[in-house]
This record gives sequence, C-alpha cells and structure tokens, in this order.
Amino acid sequence: MDLQILWFVLIAVLWSGYFLLEGFDFGVGMLLPFLPKDERERGQMFETIGPVWDGNEVWLVIAGGATFAAFPAWYGTMFSGFYLALLLVLFFLIVRVVSFEWREKSESPGWRTVWMWANTVGSFGASLIWGVGLSNLLYGVPINSSGDFSGTFWDLFTGYTVLGGVTIVLLFAFHGSTFLTLRTTGDLCERAAGATRRLSVVAALAVAGFLSWTVAVAVDRNDKDVFPPIVPAALGIAAVALALLFVLGRRSGWAFVMTALATVLWVATIFTSLYPRVMVSSTDFANSLTVESASSAHYTLAVMSVVAAIFLPLVLLYQGWTYHVFRARVGGDEVLPQPVAPPTAGSG
Amino acid sequence: VTVASTVVDLARAQFATTSIYHFLFVPLTLGLGPLVAIMQTIWHRTGNDAWLRLTRFFGTLLLINVAIGVATGLVQEFEFGMNWSVYSRFVGNVFGAPLAVEGLAAFALESTFLGLWIFGWNRLSPRLHLATIWIVVVGSWLSAYFILVANSWMQHPVGYKIVDGEAQLTSVWALLSNNFALRAYLHTILAGLIFGSIVVLGVCCWHFLRGHEVDLFRNAAKLALIVAVPVTALQLVVGNRFGEAVTSAQSMKIAASEAQWNTCEPCPFSLFQIGGFSKDDETPSLSITIPRLLSYMATGSFDGQVQGLNQLQAQEQSKFGPGNYMPNVMVIYWSMRVMAFAGVLMFLIAALGAWLYWKKKLEQARWFQWTALVAIALPFIAATAGWILTEMGRQPWIVQGLLKTSEANSPSVSTIWLGISLGFFITLYVVLGVVDFVLMRRYARPDRLAPQEELPAPAVTY
Repeated sequence: MDLQILWFVLIAVLWSGYFLLEGFDFGVGMLLPFLPKDERERGQMFETIGPVWDGNEVWLVIAGGATFAAFPAWYGTMFSGFYLALLLVLFFLIVRVVSFEWREKSESPGWRTVWMWANTVGSFGASLIWGVGLSNLLYGVPINSSGDFSGTFWDLFTGYTVLGGVTIVLLFAFHGSTFLTLRTTGDLCERAAGATRRLSVVAALAVAGFLSWTVAVAVDRNDKDVFPPIVPAALGIAAVALALLFVLGRRSGWAFVMTALATVLWVATIFTSLYPRVMVSSTDFANSLTVESASSAHYTLAVMSVVAAIFLPLVLLYQGWTYHVFRARVGGDEVLPQPVAPPTAGSG
Repeated sequence: VTVASTVVDLARAQFATTSIYHFLFVPLTLGLGPLVAIMQTIWHRTGNDAWLRLTRFFGTLLLINVAIGVATGLVQEFEFGMNWSVYSRFVGNVFGAPLAVEGLAAFALESTFLGLWIFGWNRLSPRLHLATIWIVVVGSWLSAYFILVANSWMQHPVGYKIVDGEAQLTSVWALLSNNFALRAYLHTILAGLIFGSIVVLGVCCWHFLRGHEVDLFRNAAKLALIVAVPVTALQLVVGNRFGEAVTSAQSMKIAASEAQWNTCEPCPFSLFQIGGFSKDDETPSLSITIPRLLSYMATGSFDGQVQGLNQLQAQEQSKFGPGNYMPNVMVIYWSMRVMAFAGVLMFLIAALGAWLYWKKKLEQARWFQWTALVAIALPFIAATAGWILTEMGRQPWIVQGLLKTSEANSPSVSTIWLGISLGFFITLYVVLGVVDFVLMRRYARPDRLAPQEELPAPAVTY
C-alpha cells in the first residue's frame, strides 16, 4: 500500500481513537453539573474517568505529532489557519487538565465548584471546536496559492461546520452518558440512564442530519461521488439509530458499543469525504492541499510506519489493560478503599 | 519590514514564554519521579512505613507538578504549526518524526501508567503498583530524549538533505545518535535529578526548621543528598563537555557566551565583566579572568583556539551573504554565567549538606536549612538561563545554518492574533503559576503531612 495513503488512514485512525476515548471523558465532563445530586456523586463521576483521561488525551498528542511528521504542509496550514480556534482549544484543554488534579486539593465548596465548571466548560468547548474544525477541513476555508490560510476567524463558522460542532457535543454527551451507565451504580446510574434516553434522540437526529449533509458537501465542494462517502455515513447513522434502540431497550453495553461506533464513523465519514485532499480550499479549489502535496518524503513515512507498527499495538495493549484494571463500577462495594497490603520484606 | 519584524518578535516572545514556563515543570518531573520511585521501592523492600509516608508526601508534590507540565506541553506541540508554519513545512520531514515518536513511544507510556499509579494503590498488587511508578519514570526520560533529539537537530542538523526547499530525512540513525543530542540529553537528565534532589532537600530542611517530623524527613534528606552530591558534581563535567559539542556545531554561540570579540589562543575564561558587550565597546572596563580556562572548556585543551565574534561574522557573511549573524552578546554572556554559577553553588550546597549530615549536624544547622530552603530557586534559575543560552545563542538561525528565524513564522498569522495569544498565554500562565505555587507550598508545608493513623487509605477519593 502506498505509504502516503497509509498515513492518511492512520491520521484518521488516531483522530477516531481520540474521539472514541476522550469523547466519553468530555461527555462525562459536560454532564457534571447536571447528573450528580451531591459532592459524593460528583466525586464518583470524576472517578469514572480519573485513571484514564490522561492516557486518552495522549491520542491527540500523537495525532498532532503524526500530522507534523507525515504531512508537514497540512500541519502548518491547519494549525496556523485555525489559529484562534486552536487557542481556544488550548484554553479549554488546559483548564480541564488541571481541574482533575486541583479540584480535590481543597475541601472548600467554592473551590470545588470552580474546578468542576472548569472541567465542564473545557469539555464542552473543546468538543465544539474539534467538531467545527474537522468539518472545516472538508467544507473548505480560504487558502491562497502558497498554501496559506487567507481567511478570518469567522470564516470557520458556517451552518454546516457549526452543525458539525453541535453534533460532536451531543454525540460526546450521549457517549459519555452511556459510559456512565456502565461505570456507576445506584441512583447515579439510574440518572445516567435517564440522560442517555433524553440525549439519544437529539444525538441521533443531529448525527443523521450532519452525516447526510457531509455526503452532499463532499459531492458539492470536494468533487467526490456519492460513493464511497455514503458508506461510513450510512453506517454511522445506523450505529446511532441502534444506540437509540439499545438505550430504549435498556441494553447499556450494546448502547455504548454503538455510541463508540457512531463516533468513529463520524470521523471516518469526514476523512472518506476528504480523500484525496486533506484541506479543501474554498477560494480556489486548485489550492486545496492533497495527500500527495502535503506529505513527507518516502523515507520519513517508512520510518514512521515501522515505529507505528511496533508501538501502536503496544499502546492499545496497555491502555486496554488499564480499562481492565479499573473495570469495577464506581460507588460499588468493590472500590471502597481497602488497606494497602503490607509488603513482605524482601519480596521485591 | 517593521510589521514583519514585529510579527517575528511577538512569535519569539510567545515561544520563549511558553517553553521557559513549560520547562519549569518538566525537569522537576524528570527528577522527582525517580526519587519518589526509590522511596516506594525502599518501602516495598523494608516494609518501613516511614518510606510509604514519604512516597505519598512527595508523590503529591509530583502530581501537582505533572498536571501543569502536561497541560503546558500541549501548547508546545501546537505552537510550531500555529506560529511557525514556514518552519513546520521546512523541517516536518525530520523534526516531526521524533515528536510523533515521543507521543507514541514515551508520552503514552508516562500518561497511562501515571493513571495506574495514582488510582492503583488498592487495585494492583504492591509489586505491580511499584512497577507502574518506574514505568512512569522510564516514559518521562524517554520523552525527554525524543524532544531533545528534535531540538538538537535545530542546533546541529544531521542526517538530512535539502530537496525542493525542504529538509528531508536521510538517516534516522544519524538523527537519533546526533552527538549534540546525546550530550544535551545527559545534561538535561542530570538537570532533572538536580531539580528533584535540591527540591527534596529544601523541603526536608523546611521541616527541620520547624522541628516537624525530623526523624521522618532525615531519611528523605539523606536520599536527596546521596543523589545531589554526585549529580551536581557530574553536571559540572558534563556541562563542560556539552560546551565542546556546542563549540564545534555553533562557534558563534560559544564566542558570544564569552563576549570573545577576537580569536584567541590560548583563551582566558571571563568570570565577570563590565562593558565589552557591543561592537562599539569590545573591551570591558573591568573583568576578572582565569587564564587558559576558556580554551580548555571550549576545546578540551589548555592551548586550544577559540574563534572570535568578528572573525565568525566575516566567515558567515562570506558563506550566507550580508547580515548580522551574532546573537545578543550580553544576554548570552550572562545567561551562561547565571547557569554555571548556579550549578557550582548547588554543588557546594549539596557537598556542605552531606558533610553536615555525616557530622550529624544537619538538623541543628539552621543557617544551612535556610540556605537549602532558598536554594530551591536555584535549579529553576539555572534551567531558565540554560535555555535562554541555547535558543537565543542560535539566533539569527531557527535551524542552524539552514533557515533564519525571521523567515520561519506563519504568514497567515497577523500581529493582532499574536498579540491576543501572547496576552492570553501570559494571563493564563500567571494564574496557573500562582495556583500551582500556593498548592505546592501548602502540600509541602510542615503541618501538612498526614498523621500516621490516617495512612492505610491511600486511595485517591475525589
């Protein structure tokens, strides 16, 4: 397989992984002010993602680094072009990152409220902008003949791209709530289930609307045929519809599988619609960046492919193990603090 | 010209602000991590609960520090593309690779296993839980390696060819074994260990000053001294050897760091000087020098020749065309001295502390305890000065000899956007810094240690 195409696919896989994993973290964050009825339950919600959020965010760091290495021109144009949007993302991500560690450092209710909202606002804002940002790659932004962004901040906001952002917010909230139904117990779990029911319908409608529109945008603005973008779009709509059915049938596990699939297929639809371009130019279509024009030379891609072949499975393996270690529901008997097993001398 | 230079200046100010800030937290993670891991290992081996208490006490400081390091690290990765898109396109083939590998092979390891360590106290067997903190350390040390491979390529480009105006990788082995990178890495890891041991020593001395848990903190002070004495001594040697690598790759940086206007052989080392920092004023009005020492430091021989700024400027002009190829001499001269003097001072403090400990006077010597407490600032000052020397000493180049900083910024990013983002980062970082300082102080304070009976519930409860 052509290494340029392999890396285009890998970038899509990395964004999918990031959305799938951090998606439920963001969803849990967005629901923080609404689901818990007291501080103890808020603590439990934090604890469902506490051990894993940092590992999940790594997928963004890898996606960013891989884009830099494999598609330097794409990285340069996208990051400098989406300047203020990315500045906002950094703000949202930073306040969210520190909220995890800092919130528990004081008992003061005011302090805890501030950092809870930092997490919620950070989760909501970052989700919204990632949705808007990725939609813009396909919808097109002004790019001049030297490959630089030539528009303004407001060019990023069109009906289609804003719907992309809103869809991601709703989908992540839905994804996060199905995650909570699997990770909590008792009243909190009941309320999470209630939230999945309320979110399922709006999220399904938004995903169906956005993915259909995406196929139209791919045809209109990126010179694509209806096939193949319609394939991931149809599968994505099917996944979110099944998620809705599973939620109504109270099959939490399957509902989570479907929200995860819908998230991945949202990303897959964007990337399938993009190919062979990586950023569409709305001013002059010929200025669009393509997989071929934006990519690194063969040698770099070959080195990176070897590295990815070794480390990607390894990361999946130990992150999978982490989820296994923290599989117990939060708030159940199993996770009540037990004394640390005293070490036996010389056992190391 | 003025608008263009304003844009570049603002982008540089922003990169300097965010990376210096980021690097206040990174080396503490590099050094405090292994110390906490050693404490937990000792607890694991001996079953002595004092070491568990120390593990948890210093572990909390580590986590407060890591949070802000992770948060500000993200900014660094985005900033290349945001502010330096021409640079990014030029170097991506080469420079992007170690950054991507860092995420995949190192940062993923560090982040995932940190979560396991924080939340795994009751869920993993003690031995497995101990392994997680060591894996965090390995991850953070690997991470530093790949970042320094990337940075060193900007100082001393190797393993590449220029094709159609962009650098392309020709040998990944040359990139990874770049002599400059290996020395920079050793220098940075030692700096990290100095951070960790000097901070632990200072915190212990704070507790001695208050007469709080003296027996407990004596253990930690001993550990800190065992690390601090050899690493501060070794750093003086390694820093010197690193200087040799800089001499061969970046003669201009060395000449500027000595304010050496004309080629000399042998060359004295200037300890201190007044004046002598500009073309109009090449001779200092007052200077204190050590004969032949610069020759030794820059070349490894007491008779070695060190090229002067004027000669190098002429060489660069004939090679690259008209222009100013000198960095800011005064800034480079003093950043070098601040770093080196702080390094020597830390070695003296560590040696003195070890002597007092050996004489069993450490807990009584209040003057030393105050000194060690204040000395917590020294590694931060030294590291900041070191990066100013490294990065400003490379100017006017962003990639030594290949691309100038003034031509590497993002053409699509306006002065207004840069102004907004610089103001934004300064505001956000000041707020984060204040909160971080307050939290660190609070959790390092002598009255903060959990009483003995509260110990066996280490699960983090939100």
